[in-house]
Amino acid sequence: MIEILKAFLLGGCICIIGQILIDFTKITPARIMVIFVVSGVVLGMFGLYQPLIDWGGAGATVPLVGFGNVLAKGVMKEINEVGFLGIFTGGVKAAAAGITAAITFGYIMAIISKPKIKS
Amino acid sequence: MAKRLGSQTIILDKQPVILSGAGIVGKKEGDGPLSRYFDDVVDDEYAGEKTFEAAESRILRDTFIKALEKSGKSSTDINIILSGDLLNQCTAASYAFRDVDTPYLGLFGACSTMSESLAIASMLIDGGSVDYAVCAASSHFCSAERQFRYPLEFGSQRTPTSQWTVTGAGAVILGKEGQGPKITCITPGKIIDEGIKDSNNMGAAMSPAAYDTIRSHLIDTGRSVDDFDMILTGDLGSFGSTMLRDLLNRSNIDLKNKHKDCGMIIFDLEKQGVGCGGSGCGCSAVVLSTYILNLFMQGAIKRLLFIATGALLSPTRIQQGETIPGIAHAVLIEA
Amino acid sequence: MKKQISKHEYQRLVDEKAPGSHYVKNLFAAFITGGAICSVGQIVMLVFKNFGADKETTASATSIIMIFIGAFLTGINIYDEIGKFGGAGASVPITGFSNSIVSPAMEFKKEGHVMGVGAKMFLIAGPVLVYGIFASVVAGLVYFIWKQVM
Repeated sequence: MIEILKAFLLGGCICIIGQILIDFTKITPARIMVIFVVSGVVLGMFGLYQPLIDWGGAGATVPLVGFGNVLAKGVMKEINEVGFLGIFTGGVKAAAAGITAAITFGYIMAIISKPKIKS
Repeated sequence: MAKRLGSQTIILDKQPVILSGAGIVGKKEGDGPLSRYFDDVVDDEYAGEKTFEAAESRILRDTFIKALEKSGKSSTDINIILSGDLLNQCTAASYAFRDVDTPYLGLFGACSTMSESLAIASMLIDGGSVDYAVCAASSHFCSAERQFRYPLEFGSQRTPTSQWTVTGAGAVILGKEGQGPKITCITPGKIIDEGIKDSNNMGAAMSPAAYDTIRSHLIDTGRSVDDFDMILTGDLGSFGSTMLRDLLNRSNIDLKNKHKDCGMIIFDLEKQGVGCGGSGCGCSAVVLSTYILNLFMQGAIKRLLFIATGALLSPTRIQQGETIPGIAHAVLIEA
Repeated sequence: MKKQISKHEYQRLVDEKAPGSHYVKNLFAAFITGGAICSVGQIVMLVFKNFGADKETTASATSIIMIFIGAFLTGINIYDEIGKFGGAGASVPITGFSNSIVSPAMEFKKEGHVMGVGAKMFLIAGPVLVYGIFASVVAGLVYFIWKQVM
């Protein structure tokens, strides 16, 4: 139970940072997503994101920063294992599940449903 | 013949008559305060078509047919159709009128299209080259969103200054003679760009243009705000209207209680969650063609200055870091 | 325009008079929404852990399931409502990434499977992948050089 509460708190706080960027700087949501992923890569590269994952679990991995962290971790792990080539294979390899899932479900949903107006 | 007055105003000699008007809207507009004035409310955002673009064309065409019916004219009496919309290549209008056997001039004036079409049609009729003309404009929330903003299902918040594109079309039949309010005077506006970059703040981008046109009209004709029963802007919304009043106050022009904005009266701003109000070509077109013509018929207003306002926004140029040019054309309508 | 006011002054006036966001409400909504989505993620993770999945399987499976949830809620026309309420709380989690892929795919289906769904699917998420992957390459390069030197 405590793990879920921690995930809630950490995830909520990371989203608050995003909301502050939206409301106070007029940065569009698309740009925020880019900023978060790249920050994740930078934090992950210096090993600064792992402590947050250790504390908040999904509260750290579910936000896009976690996706960036996965990319960075993946590239470093691959370099350790295969050397130079890992620079090119590590990131996407680690993120493969997410990317493939997004494309697959995206395509299926596009086939079976259509956009609607809300009033 | 018409004659020019001052720097940009044109006084019409033959004074074309608005024979009839019609307006068809979407569900949200139909739930709004003007619901009883509309000719039809289309509940389905696809209007029975497969795409939003087709739906918009359908609504525009149906509005045209309705206006024609009400005027007692047939499509062969009409010499020309002047219409436009927000979409690239004036898609909605081109496809709405492709099966109509009448000459067509496509117009782009963004949300100012309705007063642009009225202005041009009036001059054509005044010049004697046209007897009967149709002036129409349309917009559709969904087709505008996908062209200018995000996909419908994308989860994002609207900023407080944003406006809601009206789903709907308005059309009026303009004739050289007949019963109805007359167009007596027009003031085509200049393109005014005061450096607004935020495409979610169209009201602020358009209000300097509205200010300029209103001011020019008053100077050219020597009239004052008191001479009108109503000064009706297109879709400045609540924030754009605030800015307009502010700008006019600086020139010692007080709109008093004469000012109304189509974008603010078509929706209930408190309850309908539309930000600063309605927008889109269809907004001013449908309000003018239904509610306002009704006021004229009841004799509630006798002299109206109609200023549809447009943000000549190009998503490409905005991405390139450019600002949003605004435009506003004034048309004087008298009973 | 006859200058009653300069361009610069007009923009300043607009900024000053423009209605502001409901900051407190928005931050609160983002916190609740983002927190709730992450809690769901945590529950999914705990379930996998209980079944004895290892760390990596759990992580991958969780992101696949979260992406499915985002895609599904988008497909049944609900995720945009969550986004309208939660703002960044809905767009920052990976479900929002999923929404940003599914929503244009649905929207542009009418333009065909190749140039519509296929090409427009990454309209919003494309930049995330471009900069995310590019950043990972840069990070990898730095790490590689650092490893050689140390």
